[in-house]
Amino acid sequence: MATQDTRTSIVWDYAPAPESPDHVRLRDSYGLFIDGDFRDPGDGRRVPTINPATEEPVAEVAFAGPADVRRAVESARAAQPGWAGLSGLDRGKYLFRIARLIQERARELAIVESMDGGKPIRESRDLDVPLAAAHFFHYAGWADKLSYGMGGREVAPVGVAAQIVPWNFPLLMAAWKLAPALAAGNTAVLKPAETTPLTALLLAEVLQEAELPPGVVSIVPGDGATGAALVREPDIDKVAFTGSTAVGKDIQAALAGRGIPLTLELGGKSANIVFEDAALDQAVEGIVNGIFFNQGHVCCAGSRLLIQESVADAVIEKLWARMGRLRVGDPLDKNTDVGAINSAEQLERIEALVAAGEEEGAVRRSVACALPERGWWFAPTLFTEVAPAHRIAAEEIFGPVVSVLTFRTQAEAIEKANSTPYGLAAGIWTDKGAKAFEVASALQAGVVWQNTYNHFDPTAAFGGYKESGFGREGGMSGLRPYLRISS
Amino acid sequence: MTPRLPVRKTYKLFIGGSFVRSESGRYDRAGDFNIPRASRKDVRDAVAAARKSSTDWAARTAYNRGQILYRFAEALESRAGDIGTGSDEVGQAIDVLVHYAGWTDKFQPVLGGINPVAAPFLSFSVPEPTGVVGVLAPDEPALLGLVAELAPALAAGNTVVAVLSSERPLAGLDLGEVLGISDVPGGVVNLLSGRRAELAPALAGHHALNAIVDASADAALGAEVDKLAAESVTRVRHAAPTSSYADAVADPLSRLEAVTELKTAWHPVGA
Amino acid sequence: MIRRLPHVDRVGVEERAATLGKRSIKTTAKQQGIRLAVSMIDLTTLEGSDTRGKVRHLCAKAVCPAPAMPEIPSVAAVCVYPSLVGVAREELEGTGVRAASVSTAFPSGQASLDLKLRDTEEAVAAGAEEIDMVISREAFLAGDDTRVMEEIVRVKEVCGDAHLKVILETAELGSYDHVRHASMLAMEAGADFIKTSTGKAASGATPGVTLVMLEAIRDYVDRSGRVVGMKAAGGVSSSKAALHRLVLVKETLGDEWLTPERFRIGASSLLNDLLMQYQKTQTGRYARPEDFSTE
Repeated sequence: MATQDTRTSIVWDYAPAPESPDHVRLRDSYGLFIDGDFRDPGDGRRVPTINPATEEPVAEVAFAGPADVRRAVESARAAQPGWAGLSGLDRGKYLFRIARLIQERARELAIVESMDGGKPIRESRDLDVPLAAAHFFHYAGWADKLSYGMGGREVAPVGVAAQIVPWNFPLLMAAWKLAPALAAGNTAVLKPAETTPLTALLLAEVLQEAELPPGVVSIVPGDGATGAALVREPDIDKVAFTGSTAVGKDIQAALAGRGIPLTLELGGKSANIVFEDAALDQAVEGIVNGIFFNQGHVCCAGSRLLIQESVADAVIEKLWARMGRLRVGDPLDKNTDVGAINSAEQLERIEALVAAGEEEGAVRRSVACALPERGWWFAPTLFTEVAPAHRIAAEEIFGPVVSVLTFRTQAEAIEKANSTPYGLAAGIWTDKGAKAFEVASALQAGVVWQNTYNHFDPTAAFGGYKESGFGREGGMSGLRPYLRISS
Repeated sequence: MTPRLPVRKTYKLFIGGSFVRSESGRYDRAGDFNIPRASRKDVRDAVAAARKSSTDWAARTAYNRGQILYRFAEALESRAGDIGTGSDEVGQAIDVLVHYAGWTDKFQPVLGGINPVAAPFLSFSVPEPTGVVGVLAPDEPALLGLVAELAPALAAGNTVVAVLSSERPLAGLDLGEVLGISDVPGGVVNLLSGRRAELAPALAGHHALNAIVDASADAALGAEVDKLAAESVTRVRHAAPTSSYADAVADPLSRLEAVTELKTAWHPVGA
Repeated sequence: MIRRLPHVDRVGVEERAATLGKRSIKTTAKQQGIRLAVSMIDLTTLEGSDTRGKVRHLCAKAVCPAPAMPEIPSVAAVCVYPSLVGVAREELEGTGVRAASVSTAFPSGQASLDLKLRDTEEAVAAGAEEIDMVISREAFLAGDDTRVMEEIVRVKEVCGDAHLKVILETAELGSYDHVRHASMLAMEAGADFIKTSTGKAASGATPGVTLVMLEAIRDYVDRSGRVVGMKAAGGVSSSKAALHRLVLVKETLGDEWLTPERFRIGASSLLNDLLMQYQKTQTGRYARPEDFSTE
């Protein structure tokens, strides 16, 4: 017989809900994807790729040496006239196939993305993979409409594109790079990041399944040396890079005098500005999404939180309470909000900057959560009493660390937000549209989110001002770097 | 062994996602088949169905509409052999769907944009679906001529009531069966077979219709459509029957513009 | 009274609510969650055709929802019209399940204040331990916050010891801003619980509405120190929906609110779905609906 006692004693917590990797078909070892097939490296080597949540190897991957890169570029050159010679409709149909295959293999791709990079399965499943498919889908539709994206002019592809992507959104960034390049009739050599090559290699399998002509896309994993070799190849027509500002500067310098068009999507220290008239609960969600999304490994992360003084205490209190509900841990658990730090090296960088913040006198609060014994982890962290001169207010941390600064007036908010060498993104939280648009137009940032943060769409241009890079990805403007006017 | 006796097909109208007979109970003969001869009341029901599904269809994301149109192309490809017309025409019709699947999230920045007004305002213009679009399909090519008018209307977010060719209705009715297994929601496309001369005026004179695309290539009927449309300022586009894929994609913006309304919004900038 | 509406951003609220809807509740969490949800149910019948017999059967079900599964607790309360609350009280005496009555010209609230007070007095006199009143949407939508609050204050007075749940009927308020504002008015006026809906409107305890009300409670409790409960009613008819509401509570107000003293679910058909899903966690097989009595 049920009694009153059975009901009051019920405690409720979520049980572990790990996504099963049973469905994943990973090979033990992956070669370089060149000219339509996986090939043994010539002057490259094979290295394990590590799961940052366990420090265990996931698979072995070939890293390309300079001669391998040369082969990839040659195959891209050879394939380019044939690819560009297809009708736009047919190029589009290949891209539609790729989009569909990514959708079909979504679960597998999401799991591998989380295993290789440490991001929560919730994000790889709900954001990275669907958005990658959406990018192919969007640019598939451009392939037979290119002139509409270029003011009605006759257009031609630039040729062979060398593309380098980072480790924070491995598959998605590959899609951002490849989809517009291919739609426009270019062929591409893509270098995935050192620590996260696997989903790009699964994408290579997708390209095979789609029967994409050999050489149209080659995928050459590797470290910085591979990337350096790629951008120094003589027979490339275009370079697109996403990664750190330091490497971006090197690439820009390396291309000096060569006349090769370049697009760079680099680092940031983006301001997320909360005004006193904002919907505060949603602003807090936006702050959390802005900085803890993907462990803060996001170039446009809202890492500088600017709060109007009149609501600063209230917002910080709500934010701190909300941070306490973040679930940190196993990236494959469907209830995890914050996963593993991508690499030991990145963890060291985060720890060093956080230590600097404490030394400089900012007040640190880190969520007291139980972190797994193995793997690389960093608890979500909030800094208050931050001065604009502090390193944690100026330098990109690229981790789950938010620095709070306050402001008194709109003018001061704009001045503080712009006072940085970066200019990738910004957030504005206010209920007043006229203010939102005025602040948006005053901010030196390539993307300004109003009452939201970290939203991405294939139709919307993305890219930075100042040292956050140049050139845009997404939408019509994402096609332009891959096209030239032909008449 | 006696040869297997085949099961014959019953052709029906496609209204609100259901296959129905004409409420009038009438039929016409097309090839070896009896096909429903739709009435004015069927037109009324079809417009009602199109209007009912219009809010949802227009509210879907452009991406979703694109996916659904592409899925429609996939479905048509897999049933290409079942369509009562030549395979080359079906192939071209599929490619037309693929082309317009790509427009769903692209015509907005091409037809619309930001207006740099000389005042502190953010002003932008966006094309929006006009609502319910009537289509008068040509006799030749019956399928391609229909799909070339359907695709832009759907891509732009409209729902459609189409009057099929009186001469060659089977391809259009077959297309309805493909729609039935595609992801296109019920009511978004409604297909009526019967006598164009009887149905077209009923459709053009329906005040709940927002635009009509007349590809009938019948000048006298076109003039009547114009007159009826004027009663409720229905937008009319007269078009020659689309004869090829190239023809269908030669000027997509005109096709899209004919079934959209451009909305300009103003918002103050300055707190 | 000048109305300063608090701001709620619809897109943001619905995004957050949807994200929490993706929490994966499996194995032991599912079992415990289902038991918890059962203990929070206000088992409800509010039909013109309700009779003494129907209410008696419902009370038996409320006290012991699944005789074959003794670990399933009793529900929190049985909720009926005032004319039948006496029957419910009699049936439930000593069981720990409370007798609740709707009142104040439920569901529309379109009656004079006098009539609403009479309605409540009669229900309390008949044995109602909990009163579910409706706010005057007519006054709220006309901008008359004072009247909305005054009615609640007066009803609360005649409730005596009975707990007062204030129904906002959120579907009729038109926006999340209004939902949040009405929540604040109800709490300021003395509500013990705020409740989404009558169950008679087009929509009820949607995830977004539930989240906005939970956030309003959190802010009110932080400010005033007085604990207020929440009742999600309307549209919560599946185990999945019920567990989603519990997730919203857990991650907005915290574990302290995961008790029938502070969170209720108003429902009629939900209970059997919970029982079926619970049985599935025990046997690994999906049950038939007819394995459980409907009342």
